[in-house]
Amino acid sequence: MIELLKFEFPGHRAPMRPVRGSAFAGVVNSGNLEVLIESADLGGSCHVEVKTSANGFRSTWTAVLEDFFARNRFADIKVSINDFGATPAVVSLRLDQAAAEIMEMGAK
Amino acid sequence: MNLAEWRERDSLYEASARRRVLGLLDQHSFQEILGPAERITSPHLEQLGFPVSFDDGVVIGSGLLNGKKVLIAAQESGFMGGAVGEVHGAKITGLLQLALISPVTAVLLVLDTGGVRLHEANAGLVAISEILHAAFRVREAGIPILVLIGGSNGCYGGMGIFARCCDYVIMSEEGRLSVAGPEVIETAGGVEEFDSRDRALVWRTMGGKHRYLLGDADRLVVDDIQAFRAVAIEVMQKPKPLSLESILREHQCLGERLVAYGECKDAFDIWKKLGIPEFGAIPLMDNDSFHAIVKPYLPKEGTEEETEHDR
Repeated sequence: MIELLKFEFPGHRAPMRPVRGSAFAGVVNSGNLEVLIESADLGGSCHVEVKTSANGFRSTWTAVLEDFFARNRFADIKVSINDFGATPAVVSLRLDQAAAEIMEMGAK
Repeated sequence: MNLAEWRERDSLYEASARRRVLGLLDQHSFQEILGPAERITSPHLEQLGFPVSFDDGVVIGSGLLNGKKVLIAAQESGFMGGAVGEVHGAKITGLLQLALISPVTAVLLVLDTGGVRLHEANAGLVAISEILHAAFRVREAGIPILVLIGGSNGCYGGMGIFARCCDYVIMSEEGRLSVAGPEVIETAGGVEEFDSRDRALVWRTMGGKHRYLLGDADRLVVDDIQAFRAVAIEVMQKPKPLSLESILREHQCLGERLVAYGECKDAFDIWKKLGIPEFGAIPLMDNDSFHAIVKPYLPKEGTEEETEHDR
């Protein structure tokens, strides 16, 4: 069955840039996932909601997401993920692609 | 097309649905309808333990094609094999219905699908019949529907039937168009009937070149989004007549095809009967030499006649 995982990160006190709108990366294909990043008024924190077909990997998700938020100074974003058994490296790649796109949108 | 050009091309086959839409339309003109952030997902997949996709595997919206307003849909090949579920189908139906109430020049559909999404069974079947119904209303209104096929799934099942109900089918060699797919035929008829693992057989039976030679595809282009775009611009203001006469003519052509080629065991036999001397070399020909060689042997009826004096 599909497992729903929710995470909350404190968000960076000095974010890279205020984020606007939404950005999207990836495809829900075997071993792949899609990532949607949206700006959201969350009092500075960042929320992540993962729906995954691979059950029992909460600690792996925590490690990948901690790494993502350590590399990217975000605040006030909501990350939504539909996962079809992607490996941690693929998850990181898709997160970075969506992050790069939303930063590009903020720059315009 | 030389090797350098081949490397530079913007492959439709390898692009995602979104990338295809953005490459086909004029720059910065695409406005998505029901995008991922709207989260209109399949109500069936989650119950079955399958992951959903935020856009249910199809990108729809409006944009400009050479300055003219068009509607466009593109199926995402990676999600569930591009198959049509309830929401996916409703998005395409809604887009076609939108063509009836908003002034648009044409509707472009980039199909990349195995047909009905089996997980959604009847809902998927109903969705395809709704798409067909909407398409005929759009054609009745004189708005051309252009189908573009060049993705990894090809275009099969109910959507294969649908493609041939539209004004134009534009294919690349990589695309395939049929109703029953290779595995389905093998399962039903045995490996002697059709060996689905024989890639060369699959492509010469269902691929773009064969469809073009039989007249099922109006145009055959190289696997380049810009090549698809150029043909779409060329035909987007030329709806084909949809009348009793045109349907009867089509039926007559299909009947004649069955008489002429019904006994053929392989596409090679058909190409030989068409009179193409180099029939054995067709699968390996590049697009330019293929067009140069087959020109005199193309079907005379209907579509090709029109496109001939367009050029």
